Amino acid sequence: MPDVQSLVNDFLNQLKKRKIEGSQATAKQTAELLRSFISQHRVPYTNQAGALIDAVRTVGEQLIAANPVEVAVGNIVRRVLHIIREEDLSLATDAIAGMGLSAASDDEDDVERDDHPGLSAVAVAAAARSTLRPPSLQTLLEDVPDSAAIPQASSSGGDSEGKSRSVDKSSRGRKLKHDVIEAINELIQDIATCHEQIAEQAVEHIHQNEVILTLGSSRTVLEFLCAAKEKKRSFRVFVAEGAPRYQGHLLAKELVARGLQTTVITDSAVFAMISRVNMVIVGAHAVMANGGVIAPVGLNMVALAAQRHAVPFVVLAGSHKLCPLYPHNPEVLLNELRSPSELLDFGEFSDCMDYGSGSGSSLLHVINPTFDYVPPKLVSLFITDTGGHNSSYMYRLIADYYSADDLVVKGRHVTRC
Amino acid sequence: MGAPKKNAARVSEDPEELARVPLQAILLADSFTTKFRPITLERPKVLLPLVNVPMINYTLAWLESAGVEEVFIFCCSHSKQVIDYLEKSEWLSQPNLTVSMIESHNSVSAGDALRLIYERNVIHGDFVLISGDTVSNMSLTQALQEHKERRKKDNNAVMTMVIKRSKPNPTIHQSRLGTDELFLAIDPSTNQLLYYEEKADRSKGTVHLDKSLLVDNPSITLHHDKQDCYIDICSPEVLSLFTDNFDYQHLRRHFVKGLLVDDIMGYKIFVHEIHSSYAARVDNFRSYDTVSKDIIHRWTYPLVPDVKFFGNSAIKLERQGMYRASEISQSRSAVIGPFTVIGFGTKIGDNTKVLNSVIGERCTIGSNVHIEGSYIWDNVTIEDGCKLRHAIVCDGVTMKPGAVAEPGVILSFKVAIGQDFIVPPYSQVSLLQQPVEEDSDEELEYADSATAITSTVDNSHVEIASKVSETQSVSELGMGGVGYVWENCEGHEEEWKHSVAPIPENKIFEAIKLMEEEDDLEKTDGDHILPRPEDLKDDLDDDEDDDNADSLYFEKEVEATFLRAVHENIQEDHVILEINSLRLSYNKEAADCAGAIFYSIVKYALDIPHSSADSLCKNVQGVFAKWKKVLTSYLTGMDEQIEVILKFEEMCLESAKEFAPLFTTILSYMYDQDIIQEDAFLSWEDEKREADESDKNFVKQAEKFIQWLKEASEEDEEDEE
Repeated sequence: MPDVQSLVNDFLNQLKKRKIEGSQATAKQTAELLRSFISQHRVPYTNQAGALIDAVRTVGEQLIAANPVEVAVGNIVRRVLHIIREEDLSLATDAIAGMGLSAASDDEDDVERDDHPGLSAVAVAAAARSTLRPPSLQTLLEDVPDSAAIPQASSSGGDSEGKSRSVDKSSRGRKLKHDVIEAINELIQDIATCHEQIAEQAVEHIHQNEVILTLGSSRTVLEFLCAAKEKKRSFRVFVAEGAPRYQGHLLAKELVARGLQTTVITDSAVFAMISRVNMVIVGAHAVMANGGVIAPVGLNMVALAAQRHAVPFVVLAGSHKLCPLYPHNPEVLLNELRSPSELLDFGEFSDCMDYGSGSGSSLLHVINPTFDYVPPKLVSLFITDTGGHNSSYMYRLIADYYSADDLVVKGRHVTRC
Repeated sequence: MGAPKKNAARVSEDPEELARVPLQAILLADSFTTKFRPITLERPKVLLPLVNVPMINYTLAWLESAGVEEVFIFCCSHSKQVIDYLEKSEWLSQPNLTVSMIESHNSVSAGDALRLIYERNVIHGDFVLISGDTVSNMSLTQALQEHKERRKKDNNAVMTMVIKRSKPNPTIHQSRLGTDELFLAIDPSTNQLLYYEEKADRSKGTVHLDKSLLVDNPSITLHHDKQDCYIDICSPEVLSLFTDNFDYQHLRRHFVKGLLVDDIMGYKIFVHEIHSSYAARVDNFRSYDTVSKDIIHRWTYPLVPDVKFFGNSAIKLERQGMYRASEISQSRSAVIGPFTVIGFGTKIGDNTKVLNSVIGERCTIGSNVHIEGSYIWDNVTIEDGCKLRHAIVCDGVTMKPGAVAEPGVILSFKVAIGQDFIVPPYSQVSLLQQPVEEDSDEELEYADSATAITSTVDNSHVEIASKVSETQSVSELGMGGVGYVWENCEGHEEEWKHSVAPIPENKIFEAIKLMEEEDDLEKTDGDHILPRPEDLKDDLDDDEDDDNADSLYFEKEVEATFLRAVHENIQEDHVILEINSLRLSYNKEAADCAGAIFYSIVKYALDIPHSSADSLCKNVQGVFAKWKKVLTSYLTGMDEQIEVILKFEEMCLESAKEFAPLFTTILSYMYDQDIIQEDAFLSWEDEKREADESDKNFVKQAEKFIQWLKEASEEDEEDEE
């Protein structure tokens, strides 16, 4: 499949050269790439899910290594892996159901089923884990059957085929692939519409005559604020400019264009203004499993200021930004240092960097980090496309989207490159 | 390589072709200089590692990200190594970038390279001209757009040069990249480049601009703090210009200056200044150091070590700008300072200190080693107790225990430094012997003389050299040392300027002192901006000198004419005619003629043999009797007559002192002969009355005569009454 390989290489190149900006775009492109990768990947007759998982892992590892800072890539790779597992599991349970075996069997049954020729070890393990796993809080609260929490494909006409043990293996392979691709399409759809889903909740959070503060620019925040405005809420927005890239200026422009009363302030004026603010609403780069947020630089300061004045600090994040890793994991690269030229004019300071004189080392160092880490205790509320959550609930939410097996994408099957 | 297709017709001028041509680039993988010797004898400059990545990768990565679709890499010296490297690399399989190589063995300059590319007929539109040692992260979009818009309006806008602000070092007059100070004159409204000078007259601190620049352009900005990035956006005409002017060699020295001076064709060069992005060229060891540090300080983002723009080496950026690749074994007691890069698989021993340095892959560094500001390439072994400060250490070098490399040292490939040997500052050590023949003609690396030989004989040469040196160089590089220490070809005075080591303090001190002296001189000279008074005076003197020379010439001519007339017995009228024409051609007054003729007559009289003052007087009378008419024809007014008297006085003082005692006699003779009127004598006396005492000598001598004249005139008047 030279075609896919070149697609992968192209995407790798773009990631390496930092040409794709923004986690939503990255997430979407990653999902699309994996979709075409899976659709063109030949699966063997036996252990299809395992083979597919290995293949995705190999690609996934490359993708993650290409730009370790952009955690959305890893998130999507893990989501896809999870989808494959879930699909395989649902097919397996269907098959098992057809044989009259109970899915909710104990461990001994698992051992027995290991010898079953039609079922992969991975599928069995997944099935076991899935059955042992407690139902998610949401499903409990909403009183939905557990099976529905598993992505929808399980219901997609599996009954007719799955009833018989003598399922044609190749057709089952096609079925798995088909289901997986369906589910990935669903995922791409989710990523594309996450802004709207988050924005729908805007009216519940923004009230009349409130003052909202935000820093930098985030598409999610923009949509959120505009949605509230469209619902005839009248409020004011303070925009901290977000040095050194000053994306706050762009946000202010957009907000004014949509008819919102906007005030631009410097980042350093945030503390002075925070007492007048009713709520801080910001976007995030990634949300870690502990509820900590990797966010544009300067946000930790804003969060601390908000805490000091007991102003709610609300983080908007699409589900593709939920990262199953903890910030203390060694493979998590929390930050990226960008070019100092965003801070200083090279020409003006060129004489400070004349390595030809003195000891040969420059006395001037410029550090331009991209991100801040906001600890979970400073975040009052997360708003994702599934609703509002407390930071202590994030690990639960993440368990819905990812399998524990996939946390480290570098699998034993993966060849190092 | 194939024969150049000379007959191929140029098609780029077709209008439909201009509509959509892929953006092309010419990458010169040869700098045509010898500044990186001795390293470049064994490996081409573009493959030298810059922060552990061969330089050409920076250039190619930039071209790729800037949207260039087709690159022609021109390889000359060590072309085989470059081509081998590229064939193994990932650059030939890029989806958006076509890379093709053009090989040449006999090009000696950038000019030759471009002429060859022109013959190949591969460039069809605007192209980017860059050398393979340029690091940049600029976006080409705007510069390209500006270039194209200018081209639409004016077909003569052939080139856009990229410049960047960077202040030069005021004391030693060089940029932070170790190149000479650059002076640019730019038209601020159009960004047209009007003047380009790299080597300003340092001794005077002056820049000479053509006056016509100020006449033709309403405003000019003169820049001293700009750095030439050596990234040019060129129109296809540039190639044909190189072909037309077959003597153009250097891109800047010949081509740019040539176009700026040449106002017949009217080609124009423009500049594009970049502000937030970075661009610089590794031109010498100093810029190697500077650009490396700029990369480590991330000015070139995203072309920084921890972003994998090239290859698959994973490097992590840790605290304080410390870059570490994987699989490094580092002793717990080793200290690694900030802004240091350590490559894959390197081992670092106990108590070793590494500061501000770049260490390549698979190096072994022993215990108690001190490395500061140095560049250590791959597979280097540095044993216990070595010290390196501001040195470049190439692949495969071995430093035996206790060896020391002083600042500015270059250790070329596979050299070994003996135990406890101290390599003196700025010395260059190579396995190859220094080539004896040095082209005195500029710093061009003539391929046929040096590079071609070394590239082919390379390997065998190395072996021989190592064998020879093992026996010989025990004394030269200490126990177990291998290699030759090169004589510095740049001249010892200047080596510190372009070396990797920072400029020693005493040199800066000297430079400051020198500058202060210059300042003092300038102060005594007066205002610096206006022409100095002495210059003005010089000018005046010049004018006078000119006049003097002219008069002298005129007098000589007149004398010659007169002598000829005397010897050939030419008629007086003819002599007058001739002198008249001389007078016209030299633009002289009648008085000058009178003076000159008088001078000739008296001189002639003097030349006639005479025994005493009396006979001399007789001679004069004789000559005057014969040639009186010639003289009198010019003595129409008082001024001329006074001029004659003054002339005579001058002669008596200087050229013909024999006449001094006869002064009065001859004057009275001339009065008798009606050559000079008495009024002239009187006004001469009047004029002289105010003069110095010394000048009055002859007036006193003529006192009696004048007294007599006065009385005579009074008598006359009385008579009339």
